[in-house]
Amino acid sequence: MKITLQQISFFLILASLVILPFVNDSRTLIILLTQIFIFGILAMSYDILLGYTGIVSFGHAMFFGIGAYTTAVMLKQMDATLTMFLLSIVTGMFFAGMISFLVGLLTLRLKSHFFAMLTLAFSGLFLVVAEKWRSVTYGNDGFTFRAPDIFKERITFYFFVLACLAVIFIALYRFVNSPTGRILIAVRENEQRTKSLGFNTLHYKVIASVVAGIVASLAGSLYSLSLRFVNTSVLTMDITLDALLMTIIGGVGTLVGPLLGAGVIEYAQHALSGLARDYPIFERWIIFFGILYILAVLFFPKGIIGSLRMLFWKWRSRRKGNKKSPAALPHKKERFE
Amino acid sequence: MEPILRTENLTIRFGGHTAVDHVNFNMPEKHLKSIIGPNGAGKTTFFNLISGELKPTAGDVYFKGQSLCQKSAIARTRMGLGRSFQITNVFPNLTVLENVRLAVQSKEKIRYQLFRHYKSYQAITEKAEELLTLVLLNNKRDALTTMLSHGEKRKLEIAMLLALDTEILLLDEPTAGMSLEEVPAILEVIRTIKNNGDKTILLIEHKMDMILDLSDSIMVLFNGQLLADGTPDEIMQNETVQNAYLGGLYDEHLTEVK
Repeated sequence: MKITLQQISFFLILASLVILPFVNDSRTLIILLTQIFIFGILAMSYDILLGYTGIVSFGHAMFFGIGAYTTAVMLKQMDATLTMFLLSIVTGMFFAGMISFLVGLLTLRLKSHFFAMLTLAFSGLFLVVAEKWRSVTYGNDGFTFRAPDIFKERITFYFFVLACLAVIFIALYRFVNSPTGRILIAVRENEQRTKSLGFNTLHYKVIASVVAGIVASLAGSLYSLSLRFVNTSVLTMDITLDALLMTIIGGVGTLVGPLLGAGVIEYAQHALSGLARDYPIFERWIIFFGILYILAVLFFPKGIIGSLRMLFWKWRSRRKGNKKSPAALPHKKERFE
Repeated sequence: MEPILRTENLTIRFGGHTAVDHVNFNMPEKHLKSIIGPNGAGKTTFFNLISGELKPTAGDVYFKGQSLCQKSAIARTRMGLGRSFQITNVFPNLTVLENVRLAVQSKEKIRYQLFRHYKSYQAITEKAEELLTLVLLNNKRDALTTMLSHGEKRKLEIAMLLALDTEILLLDEPTAGMSLEEVPAILEVIRTIKNNGDKTILLIEHKMDMILDLSDSIMVLFNGQLLADGTPDEIMQNETVQNAYLGGLYDEHLTEVK
């Protein structure tokens, strides 16, 4: 079997992340990395929609929230054991899959902007349910719950999340490189043409939405457990926007990009808010954050990975002395029209 | 013999405008028929009605005697009606090979395989390469489609259409917007397909020399109506057609409008 450069880099990065806690056991670092991994999973799931299928959804938080609440409620109402936690992940994924299937079937027939609006409405619906169903969700205030004993150690949870991330990454990587994954890309590139080739594009958009929903639900489950707390914030637009920005900043349609995006954004949030201790102006860190976003989108419209890929192609084509190679990738704007 | 494709009173209206007006036509099997007519005659709309992109206001299309009225464009492609588009319509950010490979994948019904790597389907890649060679595009197989010239994109369109291996090919102005040097290559490709003798081809074109050279029969559309249908010789000698092209009918039409 031929081992590719990508596989080698994957295992090197994975190995260093496994070793890292033994080299530097700073609690803050472990918590930050766990958070990055969780949002990395969420951002990758969003990339399946935005980057691979060309669907803009404003309701992705809905699936994240379903996972978060399922885990939180099950651990609160029943025993806080590892089995229950695993069961809650599966239950959350099941619900998220069912709901994304139904919502997808109902809405994905619509043109992109109508679809985006409708997903916003659906996710609003879930937010209202979480606010009003106080007997279970404790309304806006949310509730705390106990984590399974095994996860009392932050480090165990770190490894668990890292394992989830690795498995999801491999699974999604295989998925986007499967024949079905290629059709998703075709839908993104030109939906009408995909139809005229005899593919029922609705089916593929629903498949993408179910896969993305299930993965987002896993991220939600892990997120609520990492905080041992859940409230309605997991269902708000902020979560969807975070996923969207991580994907765009990292590079849409790359899978690795969103992971990197999650890292950059989570770290920037952490660093900027940390600066507030010394410089009061950074208490308004969100403003600086906004500026960072604008600069990134202006100067790296293809995201970090997209821009790196461009540089690589330019370098390769210059080496080959062939200036007419994929270096002239069209602008991202074109790609999503 | 039952025609492979036929329309009955096929009509579509957009508001007050009748773009295709009670067209009845028969298409014998393994036949090459060209559709001609001035701009706005309803040629592409007629194609859209056959391929299912548009639904008729009245009338129906029959493929091998079966009504297509309730069939979607996707279903029609799967039944055996493939079409190319007047405005090049490919997947811009994929490579040339990948474009054709997607079409072959559709033909081979590889639709819901979620985990096997797409490159492991060797036969599909080979078939795609074979088609690219046929349309003289194999040297560009790894180029992104956006990098192709207009003529090359048209060739790619044809390769994708052939990949679907449908019984009927609907070619909408395959040489539209091409430079004179590029036309013979396309002409050659169409001739090869015709000479292979297993396809029924419906062709919209403006280049008369090409039409006369290739067609078994020609139909003329004018203001959405079928003006004439016959062999190239019959059409050339048809007075109504001559008037239409020389402007006689058009003048009459204008006077009516006034």
